[in-house]
Amino acid sequence: MKKSTDTVSNSPAIVIEKLCKSFGDHVVLKDFSLTVQKEENVVVLGKSGSGKSVLIKCIIGLLNPDSGNIWVFGENVPELAHDALDQIRARIGFLFQGNALYDSMTVRENLEFPLRRHWINHSQKQVDALVMEALENVGLAYTVNLMPEELSGGMLKRVALARTMILKPEVILYDEPTTGLDPVTAREIDNLILKLQKKYHTSSIIITHDMNCVKNTADRVALLLDGHCYAQGTYADFEQSADPNIHQFFE
Amino acid sequence: MLPIAIIRDFLDETGTLGRFTGRFFSTGLKPRFEFKELLNQCYIIGYKSLPLIALTGFIMGLVLTMQLRPSLVDYGVESQLPVMVGIAIVREIGPVITALIFAGKIASSIGAELGSMKVTEQIDAMEVSGTNPFKYLVATRALATTLMLPVLTVMGDAISLLGAYIGVNIRSVTSFYLFFTQIFHSLTFGDALPAFIKTFFFGFAVGMIGCYKGYTSSKGTRGVGSSANSAVVLSSVVIFIIDLLAVQLTDLLGLN
Repeated sequence: MKKSTDTVSNSPAIVIEKLCKSFGDHVVLKDFSLTVQKEENVVVLGKSGSGKSVLIKCIIGLLNPDSGNIWVFGENVPELAHDALDQIRARIGFLFQGNALYDSMTVRENLEFPLRRHWINHSQKQVDALVMEALENVGLAYTVNLMPEELSGGMLKRVALARTMILKPEVILYDEPTTGLDPVTAREIDNLILKLQKKYHTSSIIITHDMNCVKNTADRVALLLDGHCYAQGTYADFEQSADPNIHQFFE
Repeated sequence: MLPIAIIRDFLDETGTLGRFTGRFFSTGLKPRFEFKELLNQCYIIGYKSLPLIALTGFIMGLVLTMQLRPSLVDYGVESQLPVMVGIAIVREIGPVITALIFAGKIASSIGAELGSMKVTEQIDAMEVSGTNPFKYLVATRALATTLMLPVLTVMGDAISLLGAYIGVNIRSVTSFYLFFTQIFHSLTFGDALPAFIKTFFFGFAVGMIGCYKGYTSSKGTRGVGSSANSAVVLSSVVIFIIDLLAVQLTDLLGLN
């Protein structure tokens, strides 16, 4: 099914409507709704275990929601057949919390992997150029022939970001991009997210509970609480809020 | 644990493995085929297992000959030693021992590799890259084990017979030509073919169980170790069950 607003050029990149997801008796998402505009960075804030990762895994089709709609580029993701879902996924980048780099492949092979699956008609020269461009974007061109095990935590995150960006996605989903990194490296990752957003005009959902990351990257913040979108606003709105559920993140 | 819970867990596991195997036939064998990855896995699973299979096969042939000789000498049929060793290796010991060694090396390796990929979200990353991880990881490995184990068994049998030839010549002198002529004259179609065919099923079982255990791994690094371990145990048991069924079937078909 296609949404009529798809033809409108300034239609939202992602529209989530009344999303529900449970695991057995445990309700994770309950009537969660959120809209992400084009070229907007929306940070979804929430405590650990609040269902933030479940939310973005539903958006990319790794998990099937129990009910609700997720419109991405005018297509309702839960209703898509496998081939159509693959086509949508080529336009969405996903940065995993643990990087999820293929540890049996070099950095080059990791970056080539999505290219080879989606851009099968590209020559080796074009593939090499795209790999180098992606690595130069994150300042790690010299790691091209290294194995993931030879890289530090921050470098792994940057290589994972390069792999996420290599297909030039229109939407990027970041799952806790700064978790486990020192403040300096975390700041570098935040700056990379902003730099790449500016360069490729992407829309993003950033899942985090790192308030520095929220401050640095968010155009808008949504608080996920008890399975639904409890509050939305700018970082400044949240910072000034007297609501104890919001204020606790600033303590 | 209560017996009912054990039975329920067993049936649950069997059902899940059955569905996983069914998925191999329903989706794993449909285009787009991952030929490059299949060749890569054939190299890793087949070629890299050859030294181990060759070594164990050689020792098995040598030891079997040395153990059989005293009994045959007692009965005055020492001259039948090559025939007995040949039939034992080709019909039963070669395929089963090769499959068990193969299970120990490959099922654990596949279980650990896929289990590790599962817990570090590499399988999810593959899926969001537009790759069907079942086709890329499971179908290629299960096909590679199915195709490579028969090849390894034939090579293992040949090296085992070479070990047997050396074993025979430790205590007596038999020419290479005479030894192998005796073996090949005694072997029939019914000895070699069922033994060869069952190795495809052994290989499929090893690949499928290794992939199933790895692909459904959970509980972090502890789960990965458990996947590797249970992949070896389960595939070894299944090899014996398939062997039992194969013997019954060949008996029913009058090939024994």
